[in-house]
Amino acid sequence: MAQITLSKLQHSYYPNPKTPDDYALKEIDLDWEDGGAYALLGPSGCGKSTLLNIISGLLDPSEGQVLFDGKDVTGLPPDQRNIAQVFQFPVIYDTMTVFNNLAFPLRNRGLNEDAVKQRVEEIAHMLELDTMLDSRAAGLSPDNKQKISMGRGLVRKDVNVVMFDEPLTVIDPHLKWKLRSKLKELHQRVRATMIYVTHDQTEALTFADQVVVMNDGQIVQIGTPVELFERPAHTFVGHFIGSPGMNVLPCDVNQGMAFFHGHSIRLEGAIDSTGTGTGTGKTEIGIRPEYVSLSDKGLEATIRKVADVGRHNVVDAMVGDTLVKAVVNGVVPAQGETVHLSFDPAKTRLYRDGWIATQAQGATP
Amino acid sequence: MKKPYQKAWFFVLPVLLLVAFNALIPMMTVVNYSVQETFGNNLFFWEGLGWFEKLLHSERFHAALGRQFLFTAIILAIEVPLGIIIALSMPRSGFWVPVCLVTMALPMLIPWNVVGAMWNIFTLPDIGLLGYLMNHTLGIAYDMTQNPFAAWATIIVMDVWHWTSLVVLLSYAGLVSIPDAYYQAAKIDGASNWAVFRYIQLPKMKQVLTIAILLRFMDSFNIYTEVFVLTGGGPGNSTTLLSIDLVKIALGQFDLGPAAAMSLIYFAITLFVSWLFYTLMTKDDTN
Amino acid sequence: MRKRSLIPILYILFLMLPIYWLVAMSFKTTGEILSGFSLFPQTWTFDNYVVIFTDPTWYWGYINSIIYVSLNTVISLTVALPAAYAFSRYRFLGDKQLFFWLLTNRMAPAAVFALPFFQLYSAVGLFDTHLAVALAHCLFNIPLAVWILEGFMGGVPKELDETAYVDGYSFPRFFTTIFLPSIKAGVGVAAFFCFMFSWVELLLAKTLTAVYAKPIAATMTKTASSAGYELGLLAAAGTLTIIPGAIVIYFVRNHIAKGFALGRV
Repeated sequence: MAQITLSKLQHSYYPNPKTPDDYALKEIDLDWEDGGAYALLGPSGCGKSTLLNIISGLLDPSEGQVLFDGKDVTGLPPDQRNIAQVFQFPVIYDTMTVFNNLAFPLRNRGLNEDAVKQRVEEIAHMLELDTMLDSRAAGLSPDNKQKISMGRGLVRKDVNVVMFDEPLTVIDPHLKWKLRSKLKELHQRVRATMIYVTHDQTEALTFADQVVVMNDGQIVQIGTPVELFERPAHTFVGHFIGSPGMNVLPCDVNQGMAFFHGHSIRLEGAIDSTGTGTGTGKTEIGIRPEYVSLSDKGLEATIRKVADVGRHNVVDAMVGDTLVKAVVNGVVPAQGETVHLSFDPAKTRLYRDGWIATQAQGATP
Repeated sequence: MKKPYQKAWFFVLPVLLLVAFNALIPMMTVVNYSVQETFGNNLFFWEGLGWFEKLLHSERFHAALGRQFLFTAIILAIEVPLGIIIALSMPRSGFWVPVCLVTMALPMLIPWNVVGAMWNIFTLPDIGLLGYLMNHTLGIAYDMTQNPFAAWATIIVMDVWHWTSLVVLLSYAGLVSIPDAYYQAAKIDGASNWAVFRYIQLPKMKQVLTIAILLRFMDSFNIYTEVFVLTGGGPGNSTTLLSIDLVKIALGQFDLGPAAAMSLIYFAITLFVSWLFYTLMTKDDTN
Repeated sequence: MRKRSLIPILYILFLMLPIYWLVAMSFKTTGEILSGFSLFPQTWTFDNYVVIFTDPTWYWGYINSIIYVSLNTVISLTVALPAAYAFSRYRFLGDKQLFFWLLTNRMAPAAVFALPFFQLYSAVGLFDTHLAVALAHCLFNIPLAVWILEGFMGGVPKELDETAYVDGYSFPRFFTTIFLPSIKAGVGVAAFFCFMFSWVELLLAKTLTAVYAKPIAATMTKTASSAGYELGLLAAAGTLTIIPGAIVIYFVRNHIAKGFALGRV
């Protein structure tokens, strides 16, 4: 088990990258703590699989280093990194039995048969595969196959990190939940560093202690699921996480105040003029629909649509030509009705060029 | 699951009629001949199973059958491993893939007698490229019209030239269908190149290899034109394979009865060996 | 990596050598061929090709071959398409047995059928017609076409058919406007194989023809035996028979690997 450090990592699939757009990964600096459960979350094509393949050694980064416990492993091939990877589609050796599948990585490393047997049985028990050790792996169901590919990673005691690349893609919905909790349980038992790559926020948030959100080749935020939900550091995070996503409303900033359609909006804290961004970029207000409420006064809006999603209603309200979504419990207004919206100041933030630009509550200016 | 639908018979009826016309009527003719004796003038006499009995005890038939099995065994033993090796070393993507595929498939599209004629020209002792190189540059006496060993070597090299590409193309099709993740997983598991071949590539190629071996078996077992044009079955009878012998008897000597009996035994052997190959190669899948 | 690409290169060289020799020979004069060994033609001549393109017995050989090969491809595909559809979509009495029986015909040695075919096609009055050869070649091409097409059709989800019927398509309209386009590649591959096996076969084609439908390949064997050693002419005719195959394979180059992989065993 090891701490993994990515230092000034960059990668491009072009031989001579010129513009930043040529890079699939743009300068990444990151520490994964030993024994942590991480999720790498982002839309398709954001570079998360590239990053994963660089950590596992299947891909050589264009620039930067990968360190395991401070030791540079950038040039090492995958089999010498002591990592395990579970792929999107179950990878199993069709002709072998389940036992031989699990024993394969150990035998390749020249372990003696007794040790192999003991270790395989231990892992098979943990994964609830012990009843099918003698059957051919080819005939098993996708979830069992996926367990085998996990097991092949876990049998090795010295494994530094176990990586999952969207492992639940081919699993039936009702088994997804089971396998996910199995994973969580495994993490608690073996305490290996685990990195779980997915584009599904539910999977990421339920599995991980820390979620790394990526977009467009860069890391936009690292935090616990609660942090990501409560205080997104980037409009992308706000929009990508949560259903419906955060409202991102264009606004004007004048003398330290934010104005939306002429109304002054109270923010969580003072506007940071020195922080990210130059102070002249595009400004937006970010507020989650959960913190928008209907009230007697405030922003005037017209109801365009009401959707009942079960636990609550999602109301689409138009302020001028801007759509604001609100989560409403109880009585809902009718379509076409005029209402007033109020934003919870503690949860209302200013974003400049996408990045958060208000100081957190309680922070000293 | 497929829907039961008896009217689907109408869909297969044209196929059934055409193939039956081509297969059943000639087959009945053959069966008919095989139990009769003729002395010309359309006079036939009942012969019973006599021809079969004679044939099964005939030295000539045994020799031709032995040569046929030897030929098929040798070319399978060369073409299958060679085809796999070539497929493994071909590029997986890029400009060269279609170039390789097209050039490799070319020999298979040449009419079979042209293949024979081409190899004839190629191996002529003083005029052919190979013949000249062997005799005059390497100093190895090589003339397949005189030396049975040279004749055998030539028909085998010719068949390897003609048909190895079939194994290559099939294996290649099997190889490119293997997802990258398998190779990556194998790397992480620390598998050697041999283990990757044994546990990933070979199992994934199994289905196409079954097709390849079956097709190569059938076609090499039935080979006629190429060898006939190249050697005419000689020198002596040394390269008289089963088909060549059959045509000699049927069209050359017009011995319809023995030829028909031989046809039936020939077809039965082909069917039986194909079935045997098929059962052996797909045996593992059923359990 | 470099060392590895040596194997295909060597193999392709091996494949090209006899072909090169055939082509080189076709540009040599008979005198040069018989006078001894020369790696390249010393005096280039097109006489051999001129003979072929001016003598009707030669060029009609080509035309005849192309006619019956095309005819066979069309017939094979036309009847194989509905049959393959039935095998891939429906269960019916004897379906498995029928499928297997079809395939066994692919195993029949052509030599076995040569004589009975001659008698059969003479009896129905088709001897020495293009249709006779085209129909005879159906014996091995139809099973192959059904086999390949069935494999491709199996890859098309059944929901496609059901959706179309729900949308009110009649079967013929669905089959031609929706289903066929979705298995284009398969039809291409099947057509390729029908073309290939019909083009390269000689024994049956020769047995079933005498004058009017005689294939180019048969013309060549006559030349070889009657006119003694006209190697240059023979080589030129051989070279020309490679061209149609090369053209056809160029068109299906991207499908050929896939076409081999499909089809069930």
